Amino acid sequence: MFERIREKLEILADAAKYDVSCSSSGSNRKNTNKGLGDSEGSGICHSYTEDGRCVSLLKILLTNHCIYDCAFCVSRKSNDIKRAAFTVEEVVELTMNFYRRNYIEGLFLSSGIFKNADYTMERLVRIVKKLRIEERFNGYIHLKTIPGASEELLKEAGLYADRMSINLEMPTESGLKLLAPEKSHEDVKKPLDFIQKNIVQLKDEKSLIKSAPKFVPAGQSTQMVIGATPETDKEIMHTASNFYKDFSLKRVYYSGYIPISTDTRLPIIGSQPPLIRENRLYQTDWLMRFYGFDVQEILNDAHPNLDADIDPKLSWALRNLDQFPVDVNTADYKMILRVPGIGVGSAKKIVQARKFGRLHQNQLKKIGIAFKKARHFIRYADSPLQLRDFDASHLKGVILSESTSKYLKTPQNQLSLF
Amino acid sequence: MELYVFDGTLEGLLTAVFDCYQRKSGAVKIVSQENFHPDVFQESFTVVSADEKANRVWAGLRKKLDKDWMLRFYKSFLSENQETFHDLLEFSRYILDNPAGAGENFGNKHVLAISQMAQKVHREKHRMEAFIRFQQTADGIFYAHIEPDFNVLPLISDHFKNRYADQKWIIYDLKRKYGLYFDLEKVEEVVFDFTTEMSPALNALPETLLDPKEELYSLLWKDYFRSTNIPARKNMKLHIRHIPKRYWKYLSEKQA
Ligand code: SF4
Repeated sequence: MFERIREKLEILADAAKYDVSCSSSGSNRKNTNKGLGDSEGSGICHSYTEDGRCVSLLKILLTNHCIYDCAFCVSRKSNDIKRAAFTVEEVVELTMNFYRRNYIEGLFLSSGIFKNADYTMERLVRIVKKLRIEERFNGYIHLKTIPGASEELLKEAGLYADRMSINLEMPTESGLKLLAPEKSHEDVKKPLDFIQKNIVQLKDEKSLIKSAPKFVPAGQSTQMVIGATPETDKEIMHTASNFYKDFSLKRVYYSGYIPISTDTRLPIIGSQPPLIRENRLYQTDWLMRFYGFDVQEILNDAHPNLDADIDPKLSWALRNLDQFPVDVNTADYKMILRVPGIGVGSAKKIVQARKFGRLHQNQLKKIGIAFKKARHFIRYADSPLQLRDFDASHLKGVILSESTSKYLKTPQNQLSLF
Repeated sequence: MELYVFDGTLEGLLTAVFDCYQRKSGAVKIVSQENFHPDVFQESFTVVSADEKANRVWAGLRKKLDKDWMLRFYKSFLSENQETFHDLLEFSRYILDNPAGAGENFGNKHVLAISQMAQKVHREKHRMEAFIRFQQTADGIFYAHIEPDFNVLPLISDHFKNRYADQKWIIYDLKRKYGLYFDLEKVEEVVFDFTTEMSPALNALPETLLDPKEELYSLLWKDYFRSTNIPARKNMKLHIRHIPKRYWKYLSEKQA
């Protein structure tokens, strides 16, 4: 009797793992009904996979049956694999029992499309409704929006889910057309827009009437597959930037393509997933969201791809040496934030600390900036006289040779942010 | 240098601070009873815990320190570390002797030591909240035992109480031989007399005590952990940085 459910879970967890989002943060669902769970604050990683990714949600497909044939997807119709489908009850029980044992923060539920969009979406909604209403479950729920599902169903789903997402899959329309002729970016924009409008509307209502229901409190996200089609980094990040702006997305995820198909349109099986590139894209994403950079400054026609050997912030600084050095004792917070080797936390501390007196080298080190890297770009109270005749390529050489060279030695692995 | 011996409790430590002032002590070294090895050549003073004195010191500290600092004080106390006890004593005297705001002076070694220790204890608290794995017993209680580096049960109590409000649970600290029991209403401290010494390995509860479904769910969780891994991205260094090996024994997914 165990075998059947074990096999289903194996198939449907395996097929869901390529969706990289694991975040369980950003919601504010309290346990007010003496039910089970809460999802306040910033989520917990209960475990980590051997590839170092956080495991915080039970991430599964309802089914891997699908009527579509997207070339990049393991669940595509033409792929000869084992198929399975959970019942509504099975998903509810798995979620409740995993949650009760402190294995997970909640559920990430997606699905292949069987029969049609509404048929699939209706089942997804039934599961989350049952969890919230019958089981009084307050844990985190991330629900996939099925492209083409009716607005009534989306609206109902939004009442129970903390986050909803719908994947762009390929960064450009032409890339998508190449691998999934039946799909388009339009199919993604429509529901994103609809849900976003409802979020805004219900927020307004909530400010008037306290008891107005929560609607997708942790917002929406999307994912793009990187390296399956020949887009430039510029195309990828400009698309991301537009989607952040147009739909107030909470996150865009970049998932390095893992070859799973012998389709000649795709990289061959066994080739390395582009993990460094993926990391550089995440760094760029952070520069846009937290460091006040416009995507145009980092990626443009003159510079359409990110460097592999240095991070995009350093790369930008080297291309704009005329804006340096920055005097940490007088410069704007905004400009301090742009110095390679200074993060958001340190920049804030610098601005606070300098009120008590001019900052010296040892204080900057204590504050926690990456001094070795930053020193080329800053002036401080006791900075040495510097003949600034460095050119960019020389500076890059100096910084690379001084760094502990995490960039050069471990090209296979994910890098840390900055 | 005077040697103070206290009983290892927070009241005791705070009483010691009070006694320092009352006895007009200069340099003091404090040690907890269990780590005290009487020495014929050194005289020692035994602190007698007194609520009255402890409360006055606590109130005095509260006037000078904000809420975050008070919490840091408590957290670092839970480290049960001898040096930290000493740091806390010196820190208290330093704070009481100086105007408010002295807590920001990270140039003071006791201030720095305590804030760093509080950070460590906090990390352990967070890890326990993540790594605890309950097993459902036949009588419907969710049970887990742990052996944390620090005495973090008092810190994790609220988290589990809020989250698992509709199930009875027990979290037992095998090292310190006490646990928390939530009975759907309140959390209580409990002490068990395990007939045989409880094995620290996970799944140590004998099968006869478990709910018949328990085996299935721990199996499914292991299956899930394996299925969600992407071998092409394998990165064990990162994996171990996130879950240091000493925690693996808690994690059912890491058992063979
Ligand atoms: S519709 Fe979704 S599940 Fe189906 S093949 Fe395309 S990407 Fe895969």
